[in-house]
Amino acid sequence: MIDTRPEDATPGAQDIGAPDAPRETSAEALAGPRGRLGRAWDSDLAWSFRHSPTALISAGLVLLLVLGAVLAPWVAPHDPFDPGTLNLLNGFTPPLEPNAFTGDTFLLGTDDQGRDVFSTILYGMRVSLFVGVSAVALAMLIGIALGLVAGYAGGVLDAVIMRIADVQLTFPAILVAMLIFGLAKGIIPVQFRDQVAIWVLILAIGLSDWVQFARVVRSATMVERGKEYVQAAQLIGRSGGAIMLRHILPNVLSPVLVIATISLALAIIAEATLSFLGVGAPPTQPSLGTLIRIGQGYLFSGEWWILAFPALTLLVLALAVNLLGDWLRDALNPRLR
Amino acid sequence: MPTTHRKAAAIGLTALLLAGTAIPAGAETLRWARAGDALTLDPHAQNENPTVTLSHQIMEPLVIRDQNAEIVPALATEWAVSDDDPNVWIFKLREGVKFHDGADFTASDAKFSLDRARGPNSNFKELLASIKEVRAPDDLTLEIETDGPNPIMPANLTNLFMMDQQWAEANNATEVQDYAAGEDTFAAKNANGTGPYKLVSREPDVRTVLEVNEDYWGKDEYPLEVTRIEYTPIQNAATRVAALLSGEVDFIQDVPVQDLGRVGQTAGLEVRSRPQNRSIFFGLQSGAEDIASDNIDGRNPLASKEVRQAMNLAINRDAIRQVVMRDQSVPSGVIAPPLVNGWTEELDKLPEGTIEDARALMEQAGYGDGFSIRLDCPNDRYVNDEAICQAVVGMMAQIGIDVNLDAKPKAQYFPLITSGNGETDFYMVGWGVPTFDSEYIFNFLVHSRDGDYGSWNATGFSDPELDAKIESLASNTDIEARDAAIREIWDRVQDEVLYLPLHNQVLNWGLKDSVVAEVDPEDAPKFKTFRLN
Repeated sequence: MIDTRPEDATPGAQDIGAPDAPRETSAEALAGPRGRLGRAWDSDLAWSFRHSPTALISAGLVLLLVLGAVLAPWVAPHDPFDPGTLNLLNGFTPPLEPNAFTGDTFLLGTDDQGRDVFSTILYGMRVSLFVGVSAVALAMLIGIALGLVAGYAGGVLDAVIMRIADVQLTFPAILVAMLIFGLAKGIIPVQFRDQVAIWVLILAIGLSDWVQFARVVRSATMVERGKEYVQAAQLIGRSGGAIMLRHILPNVLSPVLVIATISLALAIIAEATLSFLGVGAPPTQPSLGTLIRIGQGYLFSGEWWILAFPALTLLVLALAVNLLGDWLRDALNPRLR
Repeated sequence: MPTTHRKAAAIGLTALLLAGTAIPAGAETLRWARAGDALTLDPHAQNENPTVTLSHQIMEPLVIRDQNAEIVPALATEWAVSDDDPNVWIFKLREGVKFHDGADFTASDAKFSLDRARGPNSNFKELLASIKEVRAPDDLTLEIETDGPNPIMPANLTNLFMMDQQWAEANNATEVQDYAAGEDTFAAKNANGTGPYKLVSREPDVRTVLEVNEDYWGKDEYPLEVTRIEYTPIQNAATRVAALLSGEVDFIQDVPVQDLGRVGQTAGLEVRSRPQNRSIFFGLQSGAEDIASDNIDGRNPLASKEVRQAMNLAINRDAIRQVVMRDQSVPSGVIAPPLVNGWTEELDKLPEGTIEDARALMEQAGYGDGFSIRLDCPNDRYVNDEAICQAVVGMMAQIGIDVNLDAKPKAQYFPLITSGNGETDFYMVGWGVPTFDSEYIFNFLVHSRDGDYGSWNATGFSDPELDAKIESLASNTDIEARDAAIREIWDRVQDEVLYLPLHNQVLNWGLKDSVVAEVDPEDAPKFKTFRLN
C-alpha cells in the first residue's frame, strides 16, 4: 500500500485545502499531506498500523519485494532479459551447487536456458508488479469515473452503466482478459507483439477488473449525493463535474483504496495466470507466471527450484498485499474498531 | 401413469447410454497421447508426421515400411518395372479389399488417389513429380508411367494413402484441401479408408476415437490386438507425462527428454528409444530482396552468405545437446540424417570456428552492428522445439542478432512455411525422410518453389541449373552417377549455407509394459502391429 499511496491519493490531497469539503478522519489520514505528517502519525489509521503485527510484517515484505524489483538492475547478479549474456551450458544448475560444465554457482539455481533464477525472479517481479499496479490503476480510473457518473447522475445513465457492469460480471475476469489478449494478438503485427505484450496485459486485466470499483463508488456516491454539503454545493451553482470530483470523490475514496489493494493482489495473480497459460509476457521477458510455466515442465525430473522459487515469491507477494488490504479494510471500517 | 412414463423414459435412457458406450466384447483399448494432433484427415493435404501417422491407422498406401524400414506389401501385393517399358512400374493390387463403407478397393481408386495427390494443393506432389500418367488397365493392376525410369518409385509411395473415388466424388472431396489457406472440407474431417481402424469420432486437438475394422484384409497377418484407440493430444510436456504416470494413457509417443529417467524407473512403465530418421534445422529466407521481419530497410541481411555462415557458427550444437536435449540428440552439420542415401560423415561435420570468427563474418558482411529478426517456431511438434529456439535466441544475441521469438502451435505455424507468401524469414523445421533418399529432401527443401517442387522450401533460394539436376535424379538409373549428382547437390547446399542444421532426434516412446511394440523408425506407430499382454 505504501508505494501506491502518493499516486492514488493525489486527487484527495489537492482537495484538502478546499474549505467546503467535509471529510472523515480516515480520509484525511489517508490523504496525508506533507505538512501534516504529525497529525497523520497520530491518526487512527497510523495507530492501527503501528499496533497490527500483520500489517507491519506484510508491509515489510511488500516493501522488501518492491525494493528488490525496483532495484533489480543493481541487485541482480545477471540481466536475464539480455539473451546475449546467457550461457546455455549453465542450464539446470541446482541452487548453490557448481555447474558441471562451467563451474558457476547460483544462489537459487538456473532455469532451462541457463538464466539465474534469483535474477529472473527479481526482473520477473518488475513485470508482475508493473502490470499489477498499472492494471489496477486503469481499472480504478475507469471504475471510479463510471461509478461517480452512475451514482451522481442516476436515471438512464446509471441503468446503462450498471447493466454493462452486470453483463461483464457474468464473465469470469480471466476469460475477459484472455478475450482482449486474443483480439490484440490478432490485430497487432507479429513484430511488435513482444514490445506491446505487457501493455496488452495491462489493458486486458484493467478492463476486466473495473466493475467492482464502479459498483462501490456508485453506491457510496448515491449516499453522499443526498448529504447537505452536496446540496449546498449544488445551491451555490457548482457544476456536476466539480461536485463529483472535488466534493464527493474524496469521501468515497476509502473503500476504493481497500478494493484497490486487494485487486492488486488479484491482478498480480491474473497476470501470472495469463502468463502461465502462455498468453501473457513473452518467454524472453519472463514474469513470475512465465517462470512458473517454464518450471512446471521440470517437476517430474526433479528440477524443483525452477518452479518452487518463483511460485514462493508469487505466494508471498500476493499474500502480503492481500493481508495489507484486509488490515486496511478493518482499519477503515469504524464498526470493526 | 407418471410412474410408467418415468419407467419407460428411464429404460429408454439406459438403453441410450448403453448404446453410447457399447464396447464390443473383449475390446482392448489403447489410450495414446502425443504433443500434437493430426492437422487434417485429408491424406494428401499435409505431409507431416502426426497427420500421416493418424492416416496410417485409417487408410493405407500401396506399399508400406515395416518396423525395419523395409518396403513391404500393403494394398499392392507385387510390384515391378514393366518388362516392356523401363518407364513403367506395374503394381498388382490386393484382392477383396473393402473400404470402411463397404465399397471395393480397385485400381481406379488407386489411380484416382495418385492423381489427386499430384493435383493442386497436394502436399505430396514432390513425391509424384516424375509421374507422367497413372493407368488402371484392369481392377487389380495399376501402371505408373514416369518421365524416364524411376528406380525409387515404390519408396515414394509409402505414405500415399488410397481413397475411395465414389466416396470422394459424393462428398465433394476430389480436390485436396488447401490447408495453408485455411480451407475446410468434408475429407478434412471424415475418412473412408481400407485401414485396420475405422474413425468413430474426432474432435480436432481434443480426442479422436478409432475402432478396429472387423473386415480388415490383414486380420490374420497382423496381431490386431488393439481393438480401440483413443488418441488425445496433450501439448504440455508435464501434463503428458503425468497422464502416463497416473495410468490415464497407455502410450505417449514423445516422452520429454527431462522425464526419461522418471518414466523408465516407474514400475509398470517402459521407455523405448531409437534414433529417428529426422533432422532438425533452421531455414533462412535468403532469396528475397528484402524481408519484413528485420529492422533493415531495403536489404536482406540473410542474403549475405557471410551472415548465414556466422549464424551457422553461432549455434552451439553441443550445448543444445547437453542441456536442452539431455543427450537425446546427435548434432549434425547437414540436414540429412545418417540413414539417408547421400549422407556422408564429411557432410555431417559440424561447422568449425569460434564465436569470434562468427563476429568477424558479421563485420565482413557489413552487419557488425547486428540486426533484428523474427524467429518462427512450433511449440508442439519437435522435441523441446520452443526451448531450442529460445536457446538460439541467446546464441544469436552473441553475434549481435537480436531475435524476437514467436512460438506457436504447429497448426498455425506450418502454413507460414508452406503458404509461399514469405510469411517467415527464419524458421525451424524437422524433416523426416520416408524414402531414405536425399532426393526427397532436395525435392521438398532445395528445389525452387514452383507448382510441383519445393513446397516446403521457404528459403527463396532458386537456381534453375540445380533444379534440373534435382529433377534428373528421379530417372537416373545409374546408381553411381546418381550418387555423384546427389553429392554435388549436397556440396552446393552446404556451400550456400541454405539451412542451419541442428541435430537428429532420438525417438523415445513411453509405454505401459503390457503394451508390446517396436519403435517405428519413422515415428509412425502402426497399431495393427501392437501386442498386448
